[in-house]
Amino acid sequence: MTDAITVRNLKKEFKAYSSRSGLKGAFRDLLTRNYKIVPAVNNISFQVKQGEMVGYIGENGAGKSTTIKMLTGILTPTSGEVIVNGMNPHKDREKFVRTIGVVFGQRSQLWWDIAVQESFRLLKKVYKVTDEQYDSHMSHVIKTLDIEPLLDKPVRKLSLGQRMRCELAAALIHNPPLLFLDEPTIGLDVLVKLKIREFLKEINDKYNTTILLTTHDLSDIEALCERVVMLDEGKIIYDGALKSLKEKWGEGKEIEFQFLEDVTLNDLNRITASSEVKWEKDEKKAIFTAFAEDNDELISLLIAKVVADLKVKDIDIKETSTEEIIRNIYDRGIS
Amino acid sequence: MDKYIEMIRIRFLMMLAYRTNYYTGILIYSINIGAYYFLWSAIYGEKDAIEGMSVIQMSTYVAVAWMARAFYFNNIDREMAAEIKEGKVAVELIRPYNYLGMKTMQGLGEGIFRLFFFSVPGMVIVSFIFPLQFSADWTTWIFFAVSIVLSFFINTQINLLTGITTFFLFNNTGLIRAKRVVIDLFSGLLIPISFFPLWAQDVLKYLPFQGISYVPSMIFTNSFSNNEAIQAIIMQGIWVLILIIPIQVLWIIAKKQLIIQGG
Repeated sequence: MTDAITVRNLKKEFKAYSSRSGLKGAFRDLLTRNYKIVPAVNNISFQVKQGEMVGYIGENGAGKSTTIKMLTGILTPTSGEVIVNGMNPHKDREKFVRTIGVVFGQRSQLWWDIAVQESFRLLKKVYKVTDEQYDSHMSHVIKTLDIEPLLDKPVRKLSLGQRMRCELAAALIHNPPLLFLDEPTIGLDVLVKLKIREFLKEINDKYNTTILLTTHDLSDIEALCERVVMLDEGKIIYDGALKSLKEKWGEGKEIEFQFLEDVTLNDLNRITASSEVKWEKDEKKAIFTAFAEDNDELISLLIAKVVADLKVKDIDIKETSTEEIIRNIYDRGIS
Repeated sequence: MDKYIEMIRIRFLMMLAYRTNYYTGILIYSINIGAYYFLWSAIYGEKDAIEGMSVIQMSTYVAVAWMARAFYFNNIDREMAAEIKEGKVAVELIRPYNYLGMKTMQGLGEGIFRLFFFSVPGMVIVSFIFPLQFSADWTTWIFFAVSIVLSFFINTQINLLTGITTFFLFNNTGLIRAKRVVIDLFSGLLIPISFFPLWAQDVLKYLPFQGISYVPSMIFTNSFSNNEAIQAIIMQGIWVLILIIPIQVLWIIAKKQLIIQGG
């Protein structure tokens, strides 16, 4: 399989101007201005294969959007090499953008004042899509995203969820082999999110579309992507399967117990004294939580011991959520 | 080419979406023409002609200049500034078309719309109220048509230039306003160029502005001989070609150092 995206030692630097303080400083700023060179993206390299769905995550300001803008040919890299769909995005811009679709969650690419179908019609002309291609492909897209009743409404009258579905359809008019989604589910309700996810999975299945997705909603990534690339301060800090991210940084399991009788922490510590378990009590709800290493045998042993001695009302085994893992990584760094 | 024609159609739809703008536009233009008509009648007083133009020629000049303005005038500089400031230009750059070409087409769509639904009916109304003089000579009409298309291009190119400067200045509202006043004055919209002092006329000869309003209006009022008209049109054509150069240069530099604002 060929690589849809190849990025080598990519770097983008911005000049960040700073203002001097005070009136005197403001006058001095008129003549010369202080600036620092800030790397937004610092020497990153990665590859994405055709048909992969990759989640691109990182804190605000980590450089995600900057990378996407370089991959789509909007920004010129300071240095490094970008090859997307076999082309240099910035150099062959007009030819290149025919092979990609982009959705920016925060800005609309439909024309605000006119009906959605007019925007579609213009885009169809812009991408030189023939009537047959359009009919066979778009009728399906329109049906799946359920936007048929929205087509004759002007974009400014649509709700965010309705608009987002139309945006997605607009990005797919030319059925591109590569789709960039920059926070596509920002501010959407659960139902619309689910619909969009389902739809993305479907086109990935059907056309082997490569999808690169940035989002702050990790449930998107969990639902869609097998691979994540994590960015921090312009550098890639993790690139691999979502599952191994969990294994590597997931910090054991939590088992929540509720008992039918009165139990103290001391009792529990006594029962499980032989294994390495830490107990905590939630005073309000009378829930006892055991923190143990993520080891199936250890956990079943632990449960067996507790159940043998005490009457249990409810047990709940919890894995550390991806969200927690990622939060930990953001907080503490990767080390 | 299809896509550019489609863009003109979209622009028509957008103009129709905001009808109030359209009606107020007619009102504003009528008031302007009226005001200048009365001003010039007062200036002429008893005199038959000033600088070789009669009162009727003058009022025709004013009316035509404003009606032509409806065609060549557009706000693409302000639109570009807004798109750049809000970061919308990112969306434009992921489309397989030439951004500046598309902007020009939007301006043309707006211009054609105004020409047919605004200038022509407006001209008919104005001709009932003020004494105007229309040429019967078809060559005048052809010269006028060519000239007005070229004035559209010159004005649009200047707008593009102003728009592109937003990439460098980030806030160029002042520049856009200044440009508008300079064009209205130096293009001969407010006062015919032949009324300027001689030294100013000499300077203006070397600037593109008179190609915007003065030339088509002078052609329409038959104040130019055929020879002068052809020369003036060639001058306009040369300016269209010359202005391509700074636009392309600035555009290339702008793309290189483009910063998308707002994430």
